[in-house]
Amino acid sequence: MGRLTDGITLDTGEMRAYYCKALINEAKKNGKIIVVDADVSHSVGTEPFYAEFPDRAFDCGIMEAQAVGMSAGMSETGLIPFFHAFGVFATRRVFDQIFLSCAYQKLNVKIVGADPGVTAASNGGTHMPFEDLGLMRLIPDCVIIEPADSAMYGAAVSYMANNYGVHYLRTSRRKTMRIYPDSAEFVIGKANMLADGKDVCIIASGIMVYEALKAADTLAELGVYARVLDMHTIKPLDIKAVTDAAKDCGAIVTAENHNVTGGLGAAVCEALAESVPVPVERVGVKESFGEVGTQDYLQKRFGLTAENIVSAAKKCISRKNK
Amino acid sequence: MDKKATMKAAADIRKLCIEELAAAGYGHIGGSMSICDILAVLYTDILDIDPKDPKKPDRDYLVLSKGHCGPALYATLAYKGYFDIEKLKTLNQGGTMLPSHCDRLKTPGIDVSTGSLGQGLSLGTGVAIGKKIQGLGGTVFVIVGDGELQEGQNWEAVQFIAHRSLSNIVLIVDNNKRQLDNYTENICKTFDYKSKFEAFGLHAFEADGHDVCDIYDKLTQAMKCGPSVVIMDTEKGHGCKFAEIPGFNHYMVISREMADEAIAEIDRRLEASYGQTD
Repeated sequence: MGRLTDGITLDTGEMRAYYCKALINEAKKNGKIIVVDADVSHSVGTEPFYAEFPDRAFDCGIMEAQAVGMSAGMSETGLIPFFHAFGVFATRRVFDQIFLSCAYQKLNVKIVGADPGVTAASNGGTHMPFEDLGLMRLIPDCVIIEPADSAMYGAAVSYMANNYGVHYLRTSRRKTMRIYPDSAEFVIGKANMLADGKDVCIIASGIMVYEALKAADTLAELGVYARVLDMHTIKPLDIKAVTDAAKDCGAIVTAENHNVTGGLGAAVCEALAESVPVPVERVGVKESFGEVGTQDYLQKRFGLTAENIVSAAKKCISRKNK
Repeated sequence: MDKKATMKAAADIRKLCIEELAAAGYGHIGGSMSICDILAVLYTDILDIDPKDPKKPDRDYLVLSKGHCGPALYATLAYKGYFDIEKLKTLNQGGTMLPSHCDRLKTPGIDVSTGSLGQGLSLGTGVAIGKKIQGLGGTVFVIVGDGELQEGQNWEAVQFIAHRSLSNIVLIVDNNKRQLDNYTENICKTFDYKSKFEAFGLHAFEADGHDVCDIYDKLTQAMKCGPSVVIMDTEKGHGCKFAEIPGFNHYMVISREMADEAIAEIDRRLEASYGQTD
């Protein structure tokens, strides 16, 4: 039997380029889509949208609060603004504006936060969102999507454009491991099962999906068979996939490029505590702020590697039936 | 404009607002009273709106960024026939359509929800751009308080308006010179609003915010000249006798007797002003 990671290589293109291409494709079909930036269109990759639709793209400058409030006002007139910034500034800095100007008054604004967690790398702690998922999960009805690779952008952008409400897309901007073929299908709110197994289930999102697959390969060599779920939609959580995994495997490991408080691990624990309480181990950032370094260094520094997942899986399995 | 009719509208709005707050027993009287004349001019003489079709896309918008003064706007909307005047008595009651702060999902005629100060002008810019992109007519009027201008987001929005030369939005400052805790000047010096706005690139007008003719003149001038602001010189509590005090009047407990006396005084003053107008 082949390894789960066989054939997975670094993508040939950057995530931001794929994202903008998907957005332009959607905007060609939907004249209501607007791009709003706060002086990072170059960084988050929306520049081609400005060339394609110069009248539908607004770079506000370094004023995130204005950008979000303006997006809310645009939505009031029927437009569908996509606001982009680095994840920390797209969420933490403008939480009240997203909460009250957008979500509270049930407007239709899409928030796109680039550089999740350690992918902020050399930008360091000030730019490293470990808390954005927790913040956005607190907003009633906010849909939260974190693609594992570029294959999902078409589905994610199409969902955001065609479904009303405040949505948060947490997205890397540089090259990432390409997990899926072009033909892969994604349903928002439904996890993708990338491997089936009965000993433990690893539930991951974003860059941690690849780490989960590597961990599953290592575990398989030890005779431990893991189910791997790509939980690309953090909210609404695919409760059925989570509870099925708990029933079938009896042990759950979550893996996220985020603080274990408030993020994917917390969401899974909350769901299971109220339904099928089985042992859970959460791989993720624990009570730490970000710092500078390569992504590789930072994944090791904050315990976000396949090795961390393997250790957590072993510990979790040992807790079964105790 | 018909000066007498607009003054009468302002008096009626004030009286309805006092009745409304008295029914609740308390409320944001000071800042509500300071904008009654501005609301009367807007809703009597300026806004292109239809109470029977509150959501028509090419309407003028009114964003009351100082959302805690919703009671004054609710009184105005009831006066204009957006909903039954009797509803004013439900202010702040559980399940009401009239919450303390403006809510576009609950009240016909409320265009934008506000309450977290400093956010209304940004929302207004979005509406203005949305109208422009989609070829929709109508002007967006945004009322902010002078205390509220302490919020930095306002100045982000002002820069944006000036840079984009947005001509379908008019900023109105209710310069009542007081905020919750004290006189604005004592909490955080305001310096000269007119030169501040001009430095930010807006056309700045000043008006007596309790003179309906001056309000009308400056607003109509502002609408014609591109990115603009009208700084209204107002008095917190103006027109409501028990609230026209130097002490705390941001919100007050309001008894039936206080309301009756204040309403009788509004009628007396209106009569007297008619004499002067004639």
